[in-house]
Amino acid sequence: MTATAPGRPGGAMVEFDGVGLRYGPDAETLSDISFNLQPGSFYFLTGASGAGKTSLLKMLYLAQRPSRGIVRLFGEDLGTMPRQRLPGFRRRIGVVFQDFRLIPHLSARDNIALPLRIAGVSEEDLSGPVGEMLSWIGLSERAHAFPPTLSGGEQQRVAIARAVIARPQLLVADEPTGNVDPEMAMRLLGLFEALNRLGTTVVVATHDIHLISRIDNAQMMRLEKGRLSDPTGALRYPPNRA
Amino acid sequence: MIFARVPVQHRRLLPDRRLSGPTPWVIAILMMLTLLAAAGGVGLARSADAIGEAIAGRVTVQIVTANPVLRAEQAAALRRAAAAQPFVRSARAVDPAELQATLGQWFGTADGDDPVLRSLPMPALVDVDFVGEDRSGHMGQLRALVAREAPGARVIPHADWLGPVARLIRSLAWIAGGLVILMTLANAAVVIMTARAALGTHYATIEMLHLIGATDQQIARLFQRRITIDTAYGVALGTAVAAAILLLIGWQWSRVTSGLAATASLGPIGWALLLALPLLAIALAALTARQTLLAALKKIL
Repeated sequence: MTATAPGRPGGAMVEFDGVGLRYGPDAETLSDISFNLQPGSFYFLTGASGAGKTSLLKMLYLAQRPSRGIVRLFGEDLGTMPRQRLPGFRRRIGVVFQDFRLIPHLSARDNIALPLRIAGVSEEDLSGPVGEMLSWIGLSERAHAFPPTLSGGEQQRVAIARAVIARPQLLVADEPTGNVDPEMAMRLLGLFEALNRLGTTVVVATHDIHLISRIDNAQMMRLEKGRLSDPTGALRYPPNRA
Repeated sequence: MIFARVPVQHRRLLPDRRLSGPTPWVIAILMMLTLLAAAGGVGLARSADAIGEAIAGRVTVQIVTANPVLRAEQAAALRRAAAAQPFVRSARAVDPAELQATLGQWFGTADGDDPVLRSLPMPALVDVDFVGEDRSGHMGQLRALVAREAPGARVIPHADWLGPVARLIRSLAWIAGGLVILMTLANAAVVIMTARAALGTHYATIEMLHLIGATDQQIARLFQRRITIDTAYGVALGTAVAAAILLLIGWQWSRVTSGLAATASLGPIGWALLLALPLLAIALAALTARQTLLAALKKIL
């Protein structure tokens, strides 16, 4: 069953068409997922624990290929995309992981600088943006601290800074405000919104229903037992702000 | 590229630990054994070559005529006749005093001045060295000459009694060569296991790097550099210990001047091989690490 009909295939940044995901011989974790994400849009992905949100996000940030169906990112079919082209696509995607995944032996500054270094940005060119980002997340004083010495909230802020430092076209965040206080949650959401205004497509998986109401024009996708529902109907005719 | 160049800032992506695991130590032991086996193999091979060359064209004619005067005349005639042949490089009648002195070592008298020894009937010996490579043809011509000048004399090619020794030494050299190859393979196996273990240990970092757009080559270079450095430490240590052992053996060997031992040496090619082996080991480790890492990374999306 197709939960939501694909929108306009031509201009979509992300297209899922009849996608299913199965881990090993078990039943499908995700079934019949079809949707389009338009450039410059803001989406919330909700659903109960175990509904498949993280699995869906994994396919979005190219950590997982679908078991069936078609996933297109930036107009390219992930199923037929040669493996050596994946890094180039991944550099266009920023990811905030639920468990942060900071590299423990790198300082907060080096963790944030990582995507720029991988992309080949010189030390001279990256010091400005990294310093700005540290200042913005309020961790300038702790730039040289290592993740194990940071609190959960501080680690989450570093993880978010790392995800957005390279100005990705698609930002995928898995419970990005789960470990921060409400004030910091709003600041982080404000950052996402600012990036979204600059053209970044944002997908945020969250349980926090209050968060959803804070972003104008945000659309909601809901996963229930591995199937996608479209309670607002917004996915059928997503606004194109690009 | 065999020796990976990694930007300074990227090097910190892996924790900076030197000589913390068993790899450098295992490689040091393997390198030391490899160098000792290689040195032994080269020395034995050169010894076998030297013996082979020395005995291949040399023949001793043993004249056992009972009458000592006739025996001496036959020996002198044979020496003159042989020396005149174009296929003979040199012909020398062994001085009976030299023969007695040699046998005297076994009788316990250094100068051969022993009544029992002097009472023994000594054969007359003529050493003949051939020229050229046609050993069997020369042998036939010499036999004909011996039959004419000293009927009943025995022609003894040195290859008949020293040949098995030379073959044994050559076999030992081949075994040493085999050991070098086996230990080189063991070295590569250690590097493969190290690379796989490193991938397992740092899987979370690798996954993270992949997800932010690092290429397999970028990730492989990080680990390749680390493994190459660890290998270089091990190779340097193993080479230092092997060099110390070889110098000690060389010093002791230099005091052995007699017999087969005197033929064993490494020679310039042998020393060049020994110097090249550590560098080859490091290059092999870097190449093996790179291939192992790239093959393993391909299995991760």
